[in-house]
Amino acid sequence: MSLLATPRDAGYPAGPDQARQGPGRGIRRGEAVAGWLFTLPVLVILGVFLLVPVLMALWVSFSDWSGRGSPLSSGVGFVGFDNYAAVTTGGGLAERDFGIALRNNAWYVLLVVPLQTALALFLAVLVNRAVLRGRGIFRTAFYFPSVTSSVAITVLWLFLFSTSGVVNTVLARLGIAGPNWFNEPSGVLHNLLRVFGVQGGPDALTQHGFLGVTWWDWLAGPSVAMSAFVLMAIFTTSGTFMLLFIAGLQNITPEVEEAAMVDGANGWQRFWRITLPQLRPTLFTVLTLGLIGCWQVFDQIYTGTQGGPGKTTLTPAYLSYQSAFLSQEWGQGAAIAFILFVIIVLLTILQRFVLRESPDVPRKARRAAAQRARRRAAAAAAAAAPDATPDSGRTSPTEDPR
Amino acid sequence: MDAPRSAPRRRVRHLSRKALTWQIGLYALLVLLALVYVYPFLVQLATSVKTEADAAADPVSLVPDPLTWSAYGRLFLRSDFPVWFANSAVVTVLVTAGRVFFDSLAGYALARLQFRGRGVVFAALVAVMAVPTVVLLIPKFLVINQLGIYDSYAGMVLPLLVDAAGVFIMKNFFESIPASVEEQARIDGAGTFRIFWSVVLPMARPALVTIVILSFQGSWNELSHFIVAAQSPELTTLTKGVASLASGQLSQGSQYPIKLAAAAIMTIPVAVVFFVFQRRIMNTSEGAVKE
Repeated sequence: MSLLATPRDAGYPAGPDQARQGPGRGIRRGEAVAGWLFTLPVLVILGVFLLVPVLMALWVSFSDWSGRGSPLSSGVGFVGFDNYAAVTTGGGLAERDFGIALRNNAWYVLLVVPLQTALALFLAVLVNRAVLRGRGIFRTAFYFPSVTSSVAITVLWLFLFSTSGVVNTVLARLGIAGPNWFNEPSGVLHNLLRVFGVQGGPDALTQHGFLGVTWWDWLAGPSVAMSAFVLMAIFTTSGTFMLLFIAGLQNITPEVEEAAMVDGANGWQRFWRITLPQLRPTLFTVLTLGLIGCWQVFDQIYTGTQGGPGKTTLTPAYLSYQSAFLSQEWGQGAAIAFILFVIIVLLTILQRFVLRESPDVPRKARRAAAQRARRRAAAAAAAAAPDATPDSGRTSPTEDPR
Repeated sequence: MDAPRSAPRRRVRHLSRKALTWQIGLYALLVLLALVYVYPFLVQLATSVKTEADAAADPVSLVPDPLTWSAYGRLFLRSDFPVWFANSAVVTVLVTAGRVFFDSLAGYALARLQFRGRGVVFAALVAVMAVPTVVLLIPKFLVINQLGIYDSYAGMVLPLLVDAAGVFIMKNFFESIPASVEEQARIDGAGTFRIFWSVVLPMARPALVTIVILSFQGSWNELSHFIVAAQSPELTTLTKGVASLASGQLSQGSQYPIKLAAAAIMTIPVAVVFFVFQRRIMNTSEGAVKE
């Protein structure tokens, strides 16, 4: 969650005190050493367990390493893009599995990201009302699933959605015969079409395809089993994102909304025209985090279905693990991981691009304004020196007030 | 929950009939939604004290008939569950202690100490946070294996010992402490570490508690890292153990009471921390957005 602090932090050049003290001056001598010593543990551990691994895996994705001995030993050969080719154009099982995994995850993303965002926003708006009693209770209820582990939730979900489980029992009372959720590989869109009597796709769709999967199968929708995972993701993440939206809502000044109210805008109009545009930065954060999270579905699949039934819950993350650790196809596993990485990065950039507009420009303006204010304050302090309070008086006349 | 009823009644005189209907509808909706979010956990607890036959026959009911603790007994007395629990506890304590110390050290340096390369360190941390964890599964295994710490506590704990996000939380907090506080200690001749340890760190308690909560949750719930870092049964953590239970390790029947009891016990420590620090947890993410 704290990840959220970064995009803004990154924009700031450094602490405001940087300009005031040059390095290694007087009483601050030795700070450089201390600075490096203090950051060393973090740098070493992140370097050894993050940077080096990424480079090593990049090498493995271009090699024919079989999992025995060191991947850096002389017996391991460089095979160029062979591993990447095997999963994208190989024409074999590897390509088909990768295609299926991509299809599954794409549907998952397509459903989970908008639904969890909409639900989180809806909950936040409901809970954020000033007149509401028992806000804390409701917030707690909605947020609690977010703190429990994905393993525990998956175990619970397997029970709720089992053949004669809670969900099907409730459905039965409503006169609906529930499916055998986690054992049902059929796609929900195909099932929907079957209701209208469409049994198979047109030749144009069934004869051609992409990544070893026909267009007709790409359009099958998530399998019933995957839909249960979709519901689970919405259940567990909507609370987290609700908190982010509540924070966003509380940052909005009520004046604009009051003005709109005076002008006679109804609640619906006020929400769409006033509230939502101001929530844009939060919306961006939530969508990005959602997107990144959804392309990494692993724990649930590992705990729940291991990709079944009929590979319809296979995801690239799980496939990468499976290829490397279970099938000993290390090169392919690493290649899948890097393709996944690229997908996540590209989609995040795309999203930033689509939602660009407002968040950037005002921030720049805000920073400029803050800088101007700081300069003015510094000048004022310099004028009022030397007997200013110790707090603000650190800007002594001898130093550059910036 | 009598709040929903009292609120509209108090406002009856000021509200039109339409507004009153709205208000009641709103509470009805909220209560319904809250039930949807809470009910699964109630079912989980209820099922864990049911017999297997009862759990299968009436999964919706929250009343066990008969009530039995056999699932818990079986877990604690006749399975590896205590080992898993102990491993999770050990790893969580070590990881949390490490993160609190190293994250605050680095956060302090980035917030307060002037040194050449600080900008680079900062940029590197931002970049690191952008790497998706699942992509790191194979890479992490490779390095852990190369270092010869595969299948050991070291392999499980060391890579989790620091956390870039925690560094940022600490950095933000230290920046909010007035510098004059350290100035005084500096004049008195205290060294940098001394100032950090005895002056600044005690002031950072709110941020430290945040790190403790996040690390605790993170390492207690971690699964994928432990999958690739160790394999022996005596190093199995709760997440790994319960995941193997879920895929039918105990065999014979669905065993839902046992699985759900395991999941429930696994949730309890996190739930306790959540309810004790609720206010702070809720504010954590709010603070993150407001920066």
